[in-house]
Parts: sequence; C-alpha cells; structure tokens
Amino acid sequence: MLELLQYRFIQYAIVGSVLVGFLCSYFSVFIVQRRMSFLGSGLSHATFGGVALGLLLGVNPLWAATPFTLLVALGITWIRQKSRLHVDAVVGVLFSVSMALGIVFLSLRKEYSADAMTYLFGSILAIDASDIWMSAALVGLCLACFPLWGAWAYSSFDRELALAGRRPVQREDYILIFLIALSVVVAVKVLGIILLAAFLVIPGASARLISRTFFQMTLWSILFGVSSSLSGIFLSYYLDLPSGASIILVQTAFFGLAFFLRKRESA
Amino acid sequence: MNLIEAKNLSLKIGRNPILSDLNFSVPDHSFFCILGPNGAGKSMLIKLILGLFEASAGSLKVFDQSPAQVPAEWVGYVPQIKTFDRSFPGLSTELVISGELGRWPARMTSAQRAKAREALKMVGAESLEDRSLHQLSGGELQRVFLARAFILPRRLLILDEPATGIDTLGEADLYSLLEEYGKRNSCNIIMITHDVDVARHHASHVLLLNHRQIQFSDRDSGLSEEQLERAFGHSQHHHA
Repeated sequence: MLELLQYRFIQYAIVGSVLVGFLCSYFSVFIVQRRMSFLGSGLSHATFGGVALGLLLGVNPLWAATPFTLLVALGITWIRQKSRLHVDAVVGVLFSVSMALGIVFLSLRKEYSADAMTYLFGSILAIDASDIWMSAALVGLCLACFPLWGAWAYSSFDRELALAGRRPVQREDYILIFLIALSVVVAVKVLGIILLAAFLVIPGASARLISRTFFQMTLWSILFGVSSSLSGIFLSYYLDLPSGASIILVQTAFFGLAFFLRKRESA
Repeated sequence: MNLIEAKNLSLKIGRNPILSDLNFSVPDHSFFCILGPNGAGKSMLIKLILGLFEASAGSLKVFDQSPAQVPAEWVGYVPQIKTFDRSFPGLSTELVISGELGRWPARMTSAQRAKAREALKMVGAESLEDRSLHQLSGGELQRVFLARAFILPRRLLILDEPATGIDTLGEADLYSLLEEYGKRNSCNIIMITHDVDVARHHASHVLLLNHRQIQFSDRDSGLSEEQLERAFGHSQHHHA
C-alpha cells in the first residue's frame, strides 16, 4: 500500500479523484432535489463533443471541452427560458447534437482515436498535473461560492418563494449550471463520460435517504462522494478495472447501505 | 396611500387572456379578499401583486410603487399548500427562519432557533418545531408557513387559499389569528378564497373575479347575490 503511494500517477489519481468526488457530490444534492439528473447526463455527453473537437484540432481535449460544455449548458438554460419546452426535452435535443458532432469530429480525424476511450470510460493513468490544478481551482471557486448554497437550496425548495423574496433566481441558476458544467469537464478523465452522470445522482440520492435537513444531506453526499472516489481508485488499481466503473460500484454499495439504514420517517 | 391600485390591468400568457381590464383600488390598512371560481385568474393576480409577472397592459401599484420595487421584508407570502414539494429535506424551524433570512439556513444559531420557536408559538404550532416538513399535514404546514410570514413585522400578508386542507375548526382559528396579527401590526391582508361567507365576514374589500372584474365592493356596498351568481354560475357556494 505504502509503496503504491510513491508512484507519481497514483498520487495524481488520488488527489484528482478526491477533488472530483467533492465537486460532483456537492452539486449532486441540487441535481437530485431539482430532479435534474437528465441534465447531468446531457452535460457529460456534451463534453464528448468537446473532447472529440479537441482531438481533431490536436489541442488538449479539455481546453476544447470546457467552452463546448459551457456553451451547451448556456444553450439548455436559454432555450428553456425562451420556449415552453420542459428541460428534459431541451437536454434531449442538445445531448444528441453534441454526440453527433463528437462522432463526426472523430471520423474526420485520420488516425485511430484510442484516447477517445479514455474519455468514454475514464482512466486514472490519464490524469496529469494540469488536471489537478484545474480541479483544485474549481474546488476553490465552489468553496468561495458557498454563500450561494443557501440561495440554491431556497430555490430548490420553492422557486416561487425565492422569487417572491426578490432573489435573483435566474442569475443564481446560471451560476449553478456553469459550475456543474465545469465540474463535469474536470471529472471526465476520472469517471468517463458514460458514468459521470451517475456520480451526479447517486451520492445525493443516498444522502437524501438518511438526512433530515438539506445541510446534512450536503455533508453526507460529499462524504459518500469523496470516500467512494478514494476506495474506487484503489479497487481500480488492484483489480485492474476502469476507475469510473469501480467508483460507481462503490457508490452503489453506499446507496444500498443508506437504503437499509434510512430513517423510517423519511421513507 | 393605497395598498393596491389597478388601472386597466390585463395579463396574457401567450395568447390566452388571464386577466382583462381590472380597475379597482384598495386603501392601506385593509383586509382584501379576492373571490372567484377555480381557474378565474386569482392566483395570477397574486403573482402580479408579488411582482413575479409583469402586466401585459395597464398598470398595477402596490403601496404606490411598482410591485417589483416593494421590499421583500414588507410582504409575508403564504403560498398554496398543494403546490409544495414534499420531498425536500427540511425542518419546520428552517422554513420559518427562511422568511427572515431570504435564503435556506445551513446551520441555525440558537437565537434564530428561539425566534422561529416564538413565531411558531404565535400560530399555536410550537409542537411542530422539530418536525420534518414531509411529516406535516396540510393544516400543519399551513401554520408553519403562517409562522414564516409572522417572523418579521410585515406590512402585507398574502394568502393563497389558506383554508385548503384545514378542517372547519382550524379554519375559524386561522381567520382569528390573521385578524389579530393584522390589527396588532397594522398589517394589510390579501386573501384568495372561493368561500363567499369568509369574504363577507372578514374582508373590508372584495374583488369578485372571473378573468374579468365582475364586481368590486367595500364593506358598505356589499356583494350582490346577482353578481355572485354571475361569477360562480350558480349559488351552491353559499353556506349555512
């Protein structure tokens, strides 16, 4: 175990997955409570379009995926506000467009896209120093935005009540979806596009089962997220499994535990 | 000063006219009832007054200002209970204190807890203090929302069908709580109801609404049977 920690790539994997675990599980509580799980799925697939564009252009895929995913997040929020479509329909449209674009970009690329697999399934070997810095900066930003927790919680509880209290709910929603989009981008190497959406739902859903207050739910969710990332990484290393899948399986075990331990009153 | 002043007020959503051409004014220190059948546009009028929507035509003033300019802490809003999301993990006290903070509390200080308890006591609901929101019955939740409105001295309470989900005994209790709070804080009350007798007994001003303004009356002019029939289409809403 200790000699394992001497490897540079393992150090990166541990730090990276803890940071990513924090981000995804923090936002998970809002996604679960606002019934936006399909949005998480949409944003992670939007990242695929961006990653493919980066591979095609020969730049760091995450540099292309960041503006691409933010644009899709903006598009989802904007189209929803300007039309009478429900969020799931808008996500459904932009999700498919991004996937289609991603496939087109990859097929335009001459050489074989082995690294695309990294982004689809997640790989701890792919995490480098720049990923760590990006995740750490985002964690810092989210902690600095902690005063918004109460605002997001309030409009998650009842949007109309928050609006009647003169909260700038629309602006706060834009900030929330932007931070979720950025978290999705930095999480994509650890978790992979396909399983990322699960990480935006399972910690929050497990925490909901055993929490009486929204603050408790947030703390439990972060605890589940960070500890499942850590144990998933070790599982992935020892059993030679993709990191994303290992983490999600650990989370599912937490969910099962929470389900059996849930307070009867919150059943 | 007027509490409400509506001039040729109209609201359309898409192409649907929800409210058309309302003209009335209610002075400060009033108990104003909005009366009408289901789907008459009562809740939308409340949302205009709260500043959640803008009028499509005409003008609406609340305390002589545009509704969105009225400071949030002046207004205590008790929404319709049936629209409430019961899956949210929260406690009664947290909901009550959110009325003062304007956001959801993370951890409450003991001073905040005491203040919430005080407000719950005012509505006879101190026993609900530590209860989860989803455990509350409709009537209990109504009281917690009322305590949330009472946590600050308001200039206006707005209630959207407060009697839904409350038994008759609780209902009488609710109106006496409202009148008492209104008198003590010289606070206005705007209430949606479809109960004609409630409007008759408690209101100083009544707007009879069915998309259009059927009748607007103060205590002296009273509600005419004929107009009530026009609004509701029948007179079965009269209670003994």
